[in-house]
Amino acid sequence: MIESPIMTPRQVAVPRGGAFWRGLRANPLLMVGGALVLLIVLVAIFAPVLAPHPSDAGTATHAFDVLKPPSAAHLFGTDQVGRDIFSRVLFGARVSPVIAVVVIAIACAVGVPLGVAAGFLGGWIDELIMRVTDVFLAFPPLLLALALAAVLPASLTSVTIAIAVAWWPWYTRLIRGQAASVAGRPYVEACRALGVSRLRIIVRHILPNSVTPLLVQVSLDVGGVILTASALSFLGLGAQDPIPDWGLMVADGQNYFTPDWWLVTFPGLAILLTAFAFNLLGDGLRDVLDPKRSFLP
Amino acid sequence: MLVYVARRIVLAVGVVVGVVIVTFAVAHLVPGNPAATWAGPHASAAQIARATHFLGLDRPLPVQIGSYLAGVVTGNWGVSIHTHRPVLSDIATAAPASLEVVITALLIAIAVGVPLGLRSARRRGRPADHAIRAGSILGVSMPIFWMALILQLVFAQRLKLLPAAGEFSQGLLFTHPLAKVTGFPVIDALLAGNWPMLGSTLVHLILPAVVVAAYPAGLIARMVRAQVLDSIGETHILNARALGFGERQVFGRFAMKLAWTPVAAAVALVFGYSLVNTFLVESIFDWPGLGSYAAASISTLDTPAILGVTLFVAVAYVIANLVVDVVQAGIDPRIRLG
Repeated sequence: MIESPIMTPRQVAVPRGGAFWRGLRANPLLMVGGALVLLIVLVAIFAPVLAPHPSDAGTATHAFDVLKPPSAAHLFGTDQVGRDIFSRVLFGARVSPVIAVVVIAIACAVGVPLGVAAGFLGGWIDELIMRVTDVFLAFPPLLLALALAAVLPASLTSVTIAIAVAWWPWYTRLIRGQAASVAGRPYVEACRALGVSRLRIIVRHILPNSVTPLLVQVSLDVGGVILTASALSFLGLGAQDPIPDWGLMVADGQNYFTPDWWLVTFPGLAILLTAFAFNLLGDGLRDVLDPKRSFLP
Repeated sequence: MLVYVARRIVLAVGVVVGVVIVTFAVAHLVPGNPAATWAGPHASAAQIARATHFLGLDRPLPVQIGSYLAGVVTGNWGVSIHTHRPVLSDIATAAPASLEVVITALLIAIAVGVPLGLRSARRRGRPADHAIRAGSILGVSMPIFWMALILQLVFAQRLKLLPAAGEFSQGLLFTHPLAKVTGFPVIDALLAGNWPMLGSTLVHLILPAVVVAAYPAGLIARMVRAQVLDSIGETHILNARALGFGERQVFGRFAMKLAWTPVAAAVALVFGYSLVNTFLVESIFDWPGLGSYAAASISTLDTPAILGVTLFVAVAYVIANLVVDVVQAGIDPRIRLG
């Protein structure tokens, strides 16, 4: 087939420098995303060391420092009880990103086995699992999480459960497709004919074939879960004071927004930056590992 | 084709029944007694018992689900605990305001996302492409409640270019009253030839619609780019090139033609998502839509109302999906085989 010039966009001359720079030239978004994610992880780990006022992540009150604008002493200003917003934003890296990891772990723990069962076993089990999955997929994820979080007591645990309930079916559907396609391949048929056990086929063939799309999906979902968790906290359904959750900080800052703009601005920027970092990473990984997957939410 | 459509409709009805059961199960997690809320703070035990009976809460759960399902079909979605009005009429009053924002937002998203996606595809691998891709990822990463606050601060409070909140200037109600026909203020003002009111509604719509458009605009730009690049190697595109069409024509006319169907499908799917996103910004813009109603329902533990709003959005989402599947099958015969 004749290739048009447009189909070979990576005709860039190999740049000097290490593999990192080559990778950056080929896929700058992936590299930027990876670097930002690394930064966020480091901030989360070293928050107590990095934060100028670590105790402000909790219930500290400073009556003489209330609502101070950004300055050298308080980079992001102070909130309505005088806490250093910069310190709270740094500690916030330990809240919603961790929720995202837990939510996705739960969603995978539920969704992946169901997907394997549906795709590999087929028949009425497949029908049953997928019809139930369809019902859950009929809700926009934020809606189901919102409804659940609304009826559960407001806490981070509730938010985690609510989002996980809304998120697992996406993994079931993804893994079912993978499992069904692998289960139909000749070498799996051969395994069956040789009397290899189902468990062994699943562990040796189905799961390894699902790792790549799962990895891509997980990295794309972290940003979405962080946005959802922040939205629920913003609505007052999640974290409660004094937890330094970014969504909650935006909600609290709303009351002082004019003229004290810094209360809302910096925690919100942290949400945006974190979601952006993970989405860049996920998008880049998909380009590298799995370029054919669809772009639907 | 008919068999396919019938099969899809049966599946969709099954999904809606499942949705009702799930929402019902969720509603029954509510701590506290909705009947006590309904009866009021100083109700006697006997009054609460009567309210329990009136709301049907004393019947076994399967019976409650059955009668709720029957009610959903016949248009009886229960009585809201905080407004004491039928839930369906509350939703009918609130929905147009939300739909107005979502539809405007999706139009903005298409108007912005399609040209950007095309440009990104044409400049593949160049700085313009990276910038547009980063921008579209920024759009889908936006915490929209925060974006709403920031835009409100900048454009309404500081620059004073746009109104901060509300559907229209309340003062106009005295000089140019708005007759309610469709419930959509923009359309009603247009129908009545009420120009000052029309201008006011449009100006008030800008900020909420732009905020809700962030996610779909980013999504559409990414999809258009991917779809166009996918089809750019196909023979009919090479043919168009060979015939001497310029790059702009090749991308905008020939490659984009194939991309419209998946883009339309994505728009329909993102509709439900955007409707829920409006919920987040309605309180910020003091917008009298479903989100404000849902927020009031949540704070009063108004089970029938929460149930009703959830069901309404889920059903809208299922219908949007169904329409997309059927239309796609109508356009593309390969799909029907599946």
